[in-house]
Amino acid sequence: MNVTTTRGWDEFMEGIWKQNPTFVMILGMCPTLAVTVSAVNALSMGISTALVLIASCGLVSMMRNVTPKEVRIAVYIVIIATFVTAVDYAIQAISLALYDALGAFIQLIVVNCIILGRAEAHAAKNPPIPAMVNAAGMGAGFTIGLLSLGVVREILGAGTLFGVSLFGASFQPWVIMVLPPGGFFVLGSWLLFFAWLERRKQRKLAETAENV
Amino acid sequence: MNADLHQLAAQSTPTAAMIKTLGLVSAICGLIIVGAYQLTFDAVADNKRIATERAVFKVLPAAKSIAEFVALPAGGMEKIGTGETPAGAVKFFAAYDGDGKLAGIAAEGGAKGYADTVRIMFGYQPECQCVVGIGVVSMRETPGIGDKILTDKDFLANFTELDAKLNAELKALANEVKTVKHGSKTNPWQIDAISGATITSRAVGKAINDSAQVLLPKIVPALEQLKAKS
Amino acid sequence: MSASIEIRSAPHVASPRTVEKIMRHVVWSLLPICAFFVAQYGISALASIAVITGACLLTERVFVRTGTQAGSLNDYSAVITGLLLALTLPPGFPLWMGAVAGFVAIALGKALFGGIGFNVFNPALVGRAFVQAAFPTAIATYTPSFVAGRFSEFIPSSLAWPFMLPPDTATWLQSKHLDALAGATPLAKWKFDGVMAGAGELLTSLSGNMAVGPSPLLILLCGIYLAARRYMDWRIPAAILGSAGLTAWILFGLDPVRYPNPFFMLFSGGLILGAVYMATDMATSPVTPKGMWVYGALIGLLTVVIRYYSGLPEGVMYAILIANAASPLIERITQPTPFGKSAMAGMGRRRKGATYPLNPGYISREDASAVTPKKRFLPNKPHKAADKPVKKP
Repeated sequence: MNVTTTRGWDEFMEGIWKQNPTFVMILGMCPTLAVTVSAVNALSMGISTALVLIASCGLVSMMRNVTPKEVRIAVYIVIIATFVTAVDYAIQAISLALYDALGAFIQLIVVNCIILGRAEAHAAKNPPIPAMVNAAGMGAGFTIGLLSLGVVREILGAGTLFGVSLFGASFQPWVIMVLPPGGFFVLGSWLLFFAWLERRKQRKLAETAENV
Repeated sequence: MNADLHQLAAQSTPTAAMIKTLGLVSAICGLIIVGAYQLTFDAVADNKRIATERAVFKVLPAAKSIAEFVALPAGGMEKIGTGETPAGAVKFFAAYDGDGKLAGIAAEGGAKGYADTVRIMFGYQPECQCVVGIGVVSMRETPGIGDKILTDKDFLANFTELDAKLNAELKALANEVKTVKHGSKTNPWQIDAISGATITSRAVGKAINDSAQVLLPKIVPALEQLKAKS
Repeated sequence: MSASIEIRSAPHVASPRTVEKIMRHVVWSLLPICAFFVAQYGISALASIAVITGACLLTERVFVRTGTQAGSLNDYSAVITGLLLALTLPPGFPLWMGAVAGFVAIALGKALFGGIGFNVFNPALVGRAFVQAAFPTAIATYTPSFVAGRFSEFIPSSLAWPFMLPPDTATWLQSKHLDALAGATPLAKWKFDGVMAGAGELLTSLSGNMAVGPSPLLILLCGIYLAARRYMDWRIPAAILGSAGLTAWILFGLDPVRYPNPFFMLFSGGLILGAVYMATDMATSPVTPKGMWVYGALIGLLTVVIRYYSGLPEGVMYAILIANAASPLIERITQPTPFGKSAMAGMGRRRKGATYPLNPGYISREDASAVTPKKRFLPNKPHKAADKPVKKP
């Protein structure tokens, strides 16, 4: 029992850190750059994607034994599209303003390669529970990725965080941060930061290896 | 070569199994979508109605309820929901105050701004024959410059009583609604632009003018039809 | 110069002209322009120049120290970037935004590409483009020149707290008995209000309170000095001014009411500064003589087109950045024919490989004691193995 929980935890953490879709695999860049102008948008986009990811991976995994390989992609796409439609309705029901802010990117979750990739590479080969745990990890990793962009862009671009003003009324917004180039700049800076972390870690490993 | 093909055929799944799986998937997915649609239908409809009402109430503060109409291309109008919407018809909203009297008319208009089309909603009051308020439906103007049309007090003051009288024949506006350079407004039908956001200001003026030129000649002669709240 | 022994491969050309020397001369030639800029706008301009150049030098130092970029601090290139950046920004630009611009210019415009000589875009313009997009209001807020008391008080927007909105300069201008329109550049006045500035005011701004940038006349003089000393190629500014003037003249001839005269086009805004100092940046402009003409003509044409037909009043910055991006391509298609190979003989068997012709007017990279990164030119042919029939199992 204990062994399986540890494995499940590892599986979950895989998506958040080692195979983070945004910062390691650089997947799903379209929503990452487009909707992260505010933390709320980023968070809701991340959660929507994660929900679609978990639900479709679960269903794909349940159907893995009855899906002939010739039609598997068609089956995956139909399943993913179904859950995207459901999430689309749900967001409209929760808030129209949010729906307008996310725009076409909710429907575009269908073609997000993270989801199809997970379905093909993991869910189709594993039983439902591990598949969903793995999908949840990926979804959480994607949400964290979006959120880390959204937070920086909202703080610099509007001086607020989740709509709460941080610096008072006389804050000078960095307009570029809420424009498309801001997305590229912030993503680039984060990638730079993670590359630097990775490099430092490897240098430390090399040093300890030398000392031993 | 032939042997390879036979081998492939032997490995592949029979068509019936594929159809069965696809059918099963479609059935499950259909159920999920219908379920989601049914569950969220009321909430979505409510949200949409609230959003429209909020937009209309913003430009016509006296309004308490609204009705949706279309102005027909041949003249005249009809309430939405009675049959098909004819081609070329323009949608607008009639707003009523608490006593059921006509508080004003709200309509949408759009014109090319700096980045993309600026879509606005404006409120028209039949008594003074003027535009009494505007709200932005959608725009992608530069934050900090173009979006001043939402916040700039001097600019919004243009729309407390912007003249939109029809000419004697009731065929077009007597004076075109026009955006002029900051600080040079002289007539009640002119809009004083925001200095530094001239292009967006012009788009607002053009949107009001284009929409009013089409809509008002059709509505004003038939105002009586709107006055009775049905 | 360092006294260390240098070992390198041929050609052993001993040139007295080093990157450091050229850069030093460019800095010297910029000093009179900066001095007049300070005379026009007072201590705000001085603080702006100092802060922006300081930010550039500090950023350069960080990247040189960490070893992520080639070159050294004392090659003056960061000073040039800082001075040029300060001259293109309004004198009352908030100092903290200036520091951001300086940092972005060096970090994003230069260090990320590998330091001096490897940048694709002019670093000063990269910094300016960033702050133009980030703070569009502040960068359009000019103040008139020769305001009374400019040496005793700052323009209020200069001293804005970091990350805070600069105070409105319009009220400050009113206290000086100047109307708010005095704060618009001649180009913005022409574009949005249809007001044309006179020639004398454009050239020196001596006659009145004009919100012009650094004096075009002085820039031209300094440019002539640089070109005469061969520290700059005269072809690029000549091509830019020629093509901008020609385009403006043709349009002026077509419709003199709608379009301003070519003189106004040439001497308003930053065209002269851009043509003389920004477009001629050696790392980002073509090295072939024919290429220089093409490059300059492209900048001139784009500038006029952007000024006339876009929402922005000024177009020099984007024109130069676009031409910077195009310059490798321009270089490629304007390769000179080697001696002994006439155009006829060269037909059908074009030279391949060489990208940098030996041009005596220019120093090579090795002389800059810069570290050249290894370049791999992959053969542009399909891999041999792909042609082979796939083995049957």
